Amino acid sequence: MFPTPLQKRSPYLRPLYIITVLAVLILFLLPLAAILLTSIRPGSDITSGNYWGIPSRFALVENYGEVFNPARSPMLRYFINSTLITLPAVFFSILISSMAGFALAVYRFKGRIALYAMFIAGNFIPYQILMIPVRTMFVRFGLFDTIFGLALFHTAFQTGFATFFLRNFIVELPISLVESARVEGASEIRIFRSVILPLLRPALASLGVLLFTFVWNDFFWALTLVQSDKARPITFGLSALKGQWLISWNLIAAGSVVAALPSVLVFFILQKQFIAGLTLGGVKE
Amino acid sequence: MDVNSQYKLYRMQYRLAPLYFLLPALILFSIFVIFPIGQSIWLSFHTWDGFGSATWVGLKNYINLSQDERFLAALKNNGLWLVLMMLAPVFGLALSLFLNQEIRGMRTIKSLFFFPFVINLVVIGLVFSWFYNPDLGLLALLFRLVGLEPIPILADENLATYGIIIAALWPQTAYCLILYLTGLTGISSQLVEAGKIDGAGGLSMFRHIILPQLRPATIVAVTVTVIGSLRSFDLIAIMTAGGPWGSSYVLAYHMYDEAIFNFKMGYGAAISVILFLVMVIFIAIFLKNILKSEK
Repeated sequence: MFPTPLQKRSPYLRPLYIITVLAVLILFLLPLAAILLTSIRPGSDITSGNYWGIPSRFALVENYGEVFNPARSPMLRYFINSTLITLPAVFFSILISSMAGFALAVYRFKGRIALYAMFIAGNFIPYQILMIPVRTMFVRFGLFDTIFGLALFHTAFQTGFATFFLRNFIVELPISLVESARVEGASEIRIFRSVILPLLRPALASLGVLLFTFVWNDFFWALTLVQSDKARPITFGLSALKGQWLISWNLIAAGSVVAALPSVLVFFILQKQFIAGLTLGGVKE
Repeated sequence: MDVNSQYKLYRMQYRLAPLYFLLPALILFSIFVIFPIGQSIWLSFHTWDGFGSATWVGLKNYINLSQDERFLAALKNNGLWLVLMMLAPVFGLALSLFLNQEIRGMRTIKSLFFFPFVINLVVIGLVFSWFYNPDLGLLALLFRLVGLEPIPILADENLATYGIIIAALWPQTAYCLILYLTGLTGISSQLVEAGKIDGAGGLSMFRHIILPQLRPATIVAVTVTVIGSLRSFDLIAIMTAGGPWGSSYVLAYHMYDEAIFNFKMGYGAAISVILFLVMVIFIAIFLKNILKSEK
């Protein structure tokens, strides 16, 4: 282990280390502590200039109630939109990518390396080079400003990363499993469904968590492919509400917590899979 | 069905397998990623307002770019992003060495360090704008505490970009920390022990034994940070909208602005092509690295 474990050093070092770690942690998370604290602060604190002190009153229900009240803010609508965009996009890109990853990993056909490279490269390109053509296409085919359209685009775009990720995972599986299934006369579709898919389960969990955060956190495509509340996801919604709430920082803070929470929860619940995914897939913005 | 045609069918489903497994992914990826790249390149040689028909202008958009002050400022800022964002792998590595200890509760502490990475940039942009706010921000509070007049960082042409980059460094550092901590758990303890026997202590151990073993983590951390810094858009849109007076523009934001608000689609496409070409260099290096191990 590097650096030398504390257990092998002077016992006096230990409390000092713990204090330093906690101090650094507090400093590192200061922005988040501030936003959490503000989200339970009553509006009167903000107007009276109490931005950073102890809240005069515990206004959690009041602030979050306001944020989620459909009569007062469209935040609930945005939250539902984000869910309706993210879940299908994650599901379908995993589905089609596991098929593509399987094909690229198992069959030795001409051009497979080129296709593999194409999926990796496509994942890294700047969004802007797609923006005008995709937006124009969306307007022409009635996909502009729809939840379906945004979900479809994310499905397609995430396919690059997901195929790269799954292909690398499948390549490591023992090919003899596929071969012996073939000897027994199983069709390729059956091999994929009954041999490969069950083995993919841990990889699919990791990939699912990653894709969830990527799609949920998207802002650019929401900004360019959506314009009304009916399809606006929560990231874009929050930036729009910032103008409406103006100086009600307690509401902006509560809205921010709501917008960040799903990714954060998914991360904490499936942390092991998330980290395994990051190191397996290696790369993403 | 006789045995012969059954066999033929079986052969066929085997031979066509790559095709039908790849088809859905290929169709979607071609329509929404590959084909639009070609269209943008084509469009960059035209002028188009987004409604009528496009007019061929050859290299005019690119020639105009070379005289566009805002474009040059954006290019400069992209360079600044690229260089300063490299602090994220450095900070991430330093933090990982600091946190790589096994004491009680360390797992929880580590995950608390990780999770800024999964927070979306809209929220991060809002938090930092607020932090920098000269009237009610924490930074202003600290300035007043030591008797200084608060600086409106995001409203200052010379400071705005730096303020945004600091916000971007925060989640990126968390990401690099994850990569390095995972890398550190894979360090061969035999090599560390051998190093100790050879008398390598702290710094020389780190340079000659630890750092080379962290190479894979470094490659990923640097690649991801480079791509992320060239892609930077969200924080700029949220925190300054490119201002004040265009001083925090980057190529991605300039392109968006020209296409969406000025309806200069051809010009916007030309900017995106330049950004694309810059990124292709890094993508190619990365691809070479990955594909090397395939052969």
